[in-house]
Parts: sequence; structure tokens; C-alpha cells
Amino acid sequence: MPDKPKVGFYWCASCGGCEEAIVDLAEDILGVLDAVDIVFWPCAMDFKKSDVVALPDGSIAATFLNGAIRSSEQEEMARLIRRKSRRLFAFGSCAHLGGIPSLANLFSREQLLRYIYEDAPTLVNERKNRPQLEYEDEGHTLSLPELRHVVRSLDQVVAVDYYLPGCPPTPKLAKAALTALLEGQLPPPGAVLAPDVALCNECPRKETKPTTLAFTEFVRPQQKLLDPKLCFLAQGLVCFGPATRSGCEAVCPQGGMPCSGCFGPTSRVKDQGAKMLSSLCSNISSKEVSEINRALAGIPDSVGTLYRYGLAKCLLRRKVNLPGTGKD
Amino acid sequence: MNNEPFEPRIVAFFCNWCTYTAADLAGVSRLKYAPNTRVIRVMCSGRIDPQFILTALAKGADGVLIGGCHPNDCHYAEGNYKMLRRFQLLKRLLQDFGVEESRVRLEWISAAEGDKVKSVINEMTEQLRALGPLGMPAKFAAWDQEVEELQHQVDEASETEAAHA
Repeated sequence: MPDKPKVGFYWCASCGGCEEAIVDLAEDILGVLDAVDIVFWPCAMDFKKSDVVALPDGSIAATFLNGAIRSSEQEEMARLIRRKSRRLFAFGSCAHLGGIPSLANLFSREQLLRYIYEDAPTLVNERKNRPQLEYEDEGHTLSLPELRHVVRSLDQVVAVDYYLPGCPPTPKLAKAALTALLEGQLPPPGAVLAPDVALCNECPRKETKPTTLAFTEFVRPQQKLLDPKLCFLAQGLVCFGPATRSGCEAVCPQGGMPCSGCFGPTSRVKDQGAKMLSSLCSNISSKEVSEINRALAGIPDSVGTLYRYGLAKCLLRRKVNLPGTGKD
Repeated sequence: MNNEPFEPRIVAFFCNWCTYTAADLAGVSRLKYAPNTRVIRVMCSGRIDPQFILTALAKGADGVLIGGCHPNDCHYAEGNYKMLRRFQLLKRLLQDFGVEESRVRLEWISAAEGDKVKSVINEMTEQLRALGPLGMPAKFAAWDQEVEELQHQVDEASETEAAHA
């Protein structure tokens, strides 16, 4: 059997949706399986870390890694996979931008652990047990990975060659990336494998977007009966279309929900949240501070709205007064 | 650590038509004020992208001062209102990020108000001196220490591995 290119899939801090996106290739996945040799995919097949360790450095043609990096184990795996792979793809919003898990960057590790193991209302843990990094039992030492203080995107830990944006990336983009890989058609490294224009460009509601917006209020989808054809911004909703990369074919707007920004910014934008803030606020109609703030009261959670998928990649990365080292 | 008193670094974005001209006026009037600001001239306060402000803070500024024309005086009619609106949400955003409110300040200073440039800069410098450094570059380095430590361990482990092979 001739040598097929070796491909790996791995997950870190993620929900499993990105793995689902691979499976959503449906029957196309059979073509992929014909063309490549899957050497590592613990979510779907039986592989162990030792299988990867045993491979020579640089022997995997490409690994698609999804999920943010927030534990010592995930860091170690990311490093191992980096060493073994010629190309590393950050697959999905979490690996690309930190994703939803990076909203944990608003809290210290101690705050997170205390809530999860002590304060959560659904919890029964009378002795307030917390996982220990090491545990001795019958002469064996068992160990657990350490939770990091900071949640990181993949490229904040190892070098990344390509990014597949989205929560999750669409099967179409995943297939295009795999095809480009197999045909040797990949762009220069560092590229985000989606069009470099704003989402509005491919939104079916584009025609109804007013040239001049004038917000008097911001509402959320559940607060208003929405016109299914009209631009969300024209209806007073926070839609991330203007500040988000296209490529998803506007699946959310087509499904009646405004864009929340999972594809991240285009290449001209450094900080997606700041750019969206700029766009939304500039178009508030009032010139009076009190009225401006009344409109802005419709955005109660500033960080959660502006950095829903990318707090790790915000210019400040994290709440600035949290400890980054030590016990807390 | 040295024992020199902390001197805040303030990045100031001044609009060409009002506040920058006022800073010029303060200069030719030989008004003395704290040397802690680095002024960047922009054509209009409406040109100040919130990314500029976050970048300044991330790169080591202890505070950011924004100067524009008074309401109804904007050379481009409405640019200062755009800044005013962004500033309202930006203030809240920075508060959610744990950045103290006095670190980012918006002031309307007309071309005739050289003395206001002096008093605003002096006051802000004094406030930030009392508040202490924001020090984001040092924070980033401290946060990333946990990643670097593992890198060391991995490097050492692969060296031992290579030595045994």
C-alpha cells in the first residue's frame, strides 16, 4: 500500500462540536478516509498518547486541533502534536481565538474552582473536596493535569500554520481545507481559511441594511418580534456581521438569529470586540450622554457580548487585576 | 526594583483642530505642565478607534487621554459625538476588565484653552501617580510564565530522552 499522508485530529478545551463538524462531512468523509491515513483521533477511534510519541518528528502531514488550551496536559499534547506534525491547523473558534472557554479569563482560578466545587447551587460536596494534582493509593501515585490561570488560544502556546474559524467550522470549509491540503493548494502559512471580507457581504439580508444606522435602543432576539427579512442592525439588534469574517454563508441570520461573531475578525482588524464597539456606538442616534447610556443599557454584558468567542485574543487578553501565578 | 518614584506614562490622542492646537498654545504660552504625556495628533476625536486605546494600554501606557472639540464645535460636525458614544461603552468595558476608571479620560478642549491642557494633564498625571502602574507588558509576561515553565520541562525531558537513545 503506497504511503498516504498521515492526518491527526485532537481536542483540548472544547465542547465536541468541532469533532461533530468533521463527522458532518457525511459521506465525503469516506473520500477523506481513502486519501489519508488517520494516525490519531482519540474522540472517534482508539488511540493513545504513546502512539503519537512513537511517531517520528514531523511525520504527520497535518493535525487538526480544536479547543482552547487551559490545562498542563493540553499544553503538553499541543507541544507533542506540534513536534510530530508538519502542519498544525487551529480548528474552530476555541483553538483560533480562545472561544467560549476563554470567557473564564474574567475570573481567577480560585474563583472558578470554588464555584465549581463549593458554591454551585446544584452541587453536593459537603467535604468541599477538590481534585488534587497527586494522589497516593496502594503504592501508586496517580496524577491529574493542572488547571492553568489563563485560558489560551492554540497559537498562544505553539506555532499554528492555518486557522479554520467558526463555532464550529462549517463542513464546507473543513472539506475545502482538507482538499487544499491533499492537492498542495494551501495558501502561505498563517492564513485563516475563510474569505477575508465581513459577513454582511454574504448575508441574505444585506440589501435591507440601511446606509445610515441610527440606534435608539439595543434589543435582544427574545425581546422583540423580528422581521425575518430585514437587517438585524436596522431592527436594533447587536449583529456582529460588520466585524466578523464571512465564510459560514450567514447560517445564523438565515436561521433568524443575529451573528455573534464566531468567525473572528478579518485580517485588517486586531481586536474584534473593540471594532464592534466602535461600529455600534458610533451609530447611536443621540448626542446626550444620558440617552446614549439608556440605549447602551440594552447591552448589559459588555465582555460577553463583544468577546463571546475571542476573549483570549482581545488586546488585554484577560481581566487585568487577576493573579497569573501562585496558588490563586 | 529601583527606588525612583513611579512616573506614569500617558498616551494622549488630541484632535488636530481643537485640543492639539490648544496644546500648541500651551507651549507658546510657556505654560509648564507634567512631561508624562506622549501626544499623538489625529484629525478628529472621531478617528480614535477603541483599538488604539486598548493597544496603548496593552503596550505599557498607564493611562490614555482623549482630547476633542467641544460639542457642536467639531470641524467635521459630528466626530466628537462618535467618540463620546464609544467612550460610554468603553468605560464600562474597561471596568469589566478591571481597569480603573481614571486611567482613560475624555476631555473637550478648544483651541483657546491652553490652560485646560495644562490642568487636565497635571491632574491626570497626579491621579495616575497615586494609582500606580497598569503595567500590562509585565502582566502578560507573568501570566505566560506558567507556559514557559512547562516548555523547560519538555525540553529537558526530550534532552534526557536523546541522551539515552
